[in-house]
Amino acid sequence: MKKLLSGNEAIARGAYEAGVHFAAAYPGTPSTEILENLAAYEEIEAQWSTNEKVALEVGIGAALAGARVLVAMKHVGLNVAADPLMTFSYLGVNGGFLLVTADDPGMHSSQNEQDSRQYARFAKLPMLEPSDSQEAKDFVQEALRVSEEFDTPVLLRSSTRISHAQSLVEVGERREVSIRPYSKDAAKRVAMPANSRRRHVVVEERLQRLRQYAEETALNRLEWRRREIGVICAGISYQQVREALPEASILKLGLVYPLPVQLLQEFAAGVDKLYVVEELDPFFEKQIKALGIAVKGKELFPLTGEIFPNLIAEKILGKPLTVPPVIKADSEEPPPVRPPVLCPGCPHRSVFYLLRKQKLLVSGDIGCYTLGASAPLEAMDSCICMGAGISAGLGYEKGNPELKGKVVSVIGDSTFFHSGMTGLADVVYNRGTTLTLILDNRITAMTGHQDHPGTGRTLQGQPTVALDIGAICRALGVQRVQEVDAYDLAALEAVIREEAAAPEPSVVIVRRACALLDKSAKTACCIDEEQCSGCGLCMQLGCPALAREGRRIVIDAALCVGCGVCVQVCKFGAIMKAGEEDA
Amino acid sequence: MPKTTSIVMGGVGGQGIVLASKILAQVIQDHQLELKVSEIHGMAQRGGSVLTFVRYGTAVHAPLIEQRQADYLFALEKLEAWRLLPYLRTGGTLVCSTQEIKPMPVIIGQQQYPPQIIPALEALAADGTLGNFLAINALEVACACGQPKAANVALLGVLARTLEFPVDSFLHALAAVVPERFLAANREAFLAGFHAV
Ligand SMILES: Cc1ncc(C[n+]2csc(CCOP(=O)(O)OP(=O)(O)O)c2C)c(N)n1
Repeated sequence: MKKLLSGNEAIARGAYEAGVHFAAAYPGTPSTEILENLAAYEEIEAQWSTNEKVALEVGIGAALAGARVLVAMKHVGLNVAADPLMTFSYLGVNGGFLLVTADDPGMHSSQNEQDSRQYARFAKLPMLEPSDSQEAKDFVQEALRVSEEFDTPVLLRSSTRISHAQSLVEVGERREVSIRPYSKDAAKRVAMPANSRRRHVVVEERLQRLRQYAEETALNRLEWRRREIGVICAGISYQQVREALPEASILKLGLVYPLPVQLLQEFAAGVDKLYVVEELDPFFEKQIKALGIAVKGKELFPLTGEIFPNLIAEKILGKPLTVPPVIKADSEEPPPVRPPVLCPGCPHRSVFYLLRKQKLLVSGDIGCYTLGASAPLEAMDSCICMGAGISAGLGYEKGNPELKGKVVSVIGDSTFFHSGMTGLADVVYNRGTTLTLILDNRITAMTGHQDHPGTGRTLQGQPTVALDIGAICRALGVQRVQEVDAYDLAALEAVIREEAAAPEPSVVIVRRACALLDKSAKTACCIDEEQCSGCGLCMQLGCPALAREGRRIVIDAALCVGCGVCVQVCKFGAIMKAGEEDA
Repeated sequence: MPKTTSIVMGGVGGQGIVLASKILAQVIQDHQLELKVSEIHGMAQRGGSVLTFVRYGTAVHAPLIEQRQADYLFALEKLEAWRLLPYLRTGGTLVCSTQEIKPMPVIIGQQQYPPQIIPALEALAADGTLGNFLAINALEVACACGQPKAANVALLGVLARTLEFPVDSFLHALAAVVPERFLAANREAFLAGFHAV
């Protein structure tokens, strides 16, 4: 039966049908739904791990123990997991092991657009890349087979346009695979110099055998059409090329590393002009040129962002696909942009309002709260990667003594568990004095509300220990640890002022569940027009429920959840919760 | 070349674009056609612009739609219709809700909400740039059916008017996609939209 599945659903389905026993991940767009879908199969034990490095390491243990394993992450997650990945390559597997990494060309929801294919070459591991949901499912099954046959971890690269595009998939049944017997093999699995010297040789030999596999596998496919133009491509670019150049011959690579040398030579010899269409890095192009094959790639196509059919047609055929004039909305002024914003009632809002008001240097981090950098809050000085908020904050005051007493590091609860704890230990150990605000909204909100070690619930819904952030901070040596309600503006303001200036490390846990999770009945706030001076102070909160209409400020009762932060900001007592007007 | 139909669906995060595209996808699937649906998740969901592409026909390669390629533009908010207009080919169909949701740059007074969107669209329809222009206030229609959240489905009713699929296919798809307890109100909203134009 054919079902309409997203790439992520198809990857999960492929793992299910391939008999995968265990799966782990840390959420990250566009990879998150892989584990969410896997979690629904009771035959599979699936877990959110604390971060990607941990997910990979747990997965490694499970594969060595004999299980078939899938681990998933977004592209930047692979940076976090790179250390175990590089050495896992030397160890080999026992049960089949597949690592899915989802790239984000065009940065629809990421802080960079690195090309994960480089990791395959770096770690000397095979990498597959599907071009639609059917292939996503099929490739997972082949990848696990290859993993066991070649005794290697295997990578599968997805991208936003594969993970989040739905197409029809033929679904099948699960084929049970028994857990492979475990036997100790320390010479193979204890990575220390004497063993690793031997294992590196094995890795290089394995790569040679994989090169042979690349020549033979059906993952790579020659599509002969007209011979004037030949294009080498993979993944989403294959679909874009098919759209743009329906007549061109194509070498479609399903195995993107290692490359099939003879196949490339055969294809090059069979066409008049040879092109590579690949998003981001010239990964194929450089390897093909190194073989002495003349090919055009990045001299035509950008190194940044996505590559669409019109551009392909324009660069290769000399004309874009469609030429009717663009219907312009308005010739003079582009329409106002609609950037993402903190939701009405978001507990992060008050924090950034106050940080801006107190003119503090904010070392930010990644999560919904990164939106605190946007107008009108604009209360963030830098944001690098998950966990960097606390450690970079320490660096600010170490690098410039004048900043001492002004540096506030901001981090979310999920991010604190992910990679904030080691940074906080560093602050304490190295006699820092920064204030760390842990924005504890009780969930991983940015990626769509996943559980984490602080929520007391596992991915598959089992109750578990809820780790206590305050106790962790105290155990890490922070003496000054306080908790405050994100909706209590006065208390929050006082504690930030006091703790930012404190001559020792301090932590303030700002508590309040994500407003989207609170399903209780809401009483919206309303404005007393007599009292409202129209000063617009409340507008500095950047709340979507507030708007200015001429001189007046209005509240959209359909959006307002009655958090009451604007009530506390107003100097004229003009805002109140509905129903409390007469009080 | 086999004909592919391309539909761009846009709105504001939270308006239910994804559900509307799901229902439409179900209709297309029920007619045994090839299709691809492409969504943008993530940051876009926090009240930002949301965009979904639906392409169907006998064979579909790219899941994406580029400027000037859409046969239909379905917009749940008029500023989004305005913004997404370049996707539509000349003579294409625009189905749009006249609802207004102010984006943050407008709320904080940095930019102005374009005041004349609907008259400008009407002018484009009058000179034939738009082949077909259908606008309703989908929110009001849905509210009248007692389910403000069904504005997406009310506007889908308008789109259904212009597509080649019979109305029964939509009702069937609604029942397959919408949870039981919301079904009656959604059916009513869909039919109200369908008969509103
Ligand atoms: C290494 C890495 N993994 C995953 C992500 C995706 N991601 C961005 S923020 C975030 C978690 C945010 O959760 P939290 O810190 O609790 O903040 P919230 O969004 O709830 O405010 C995730 C998973 C990422 N950017 N980098």
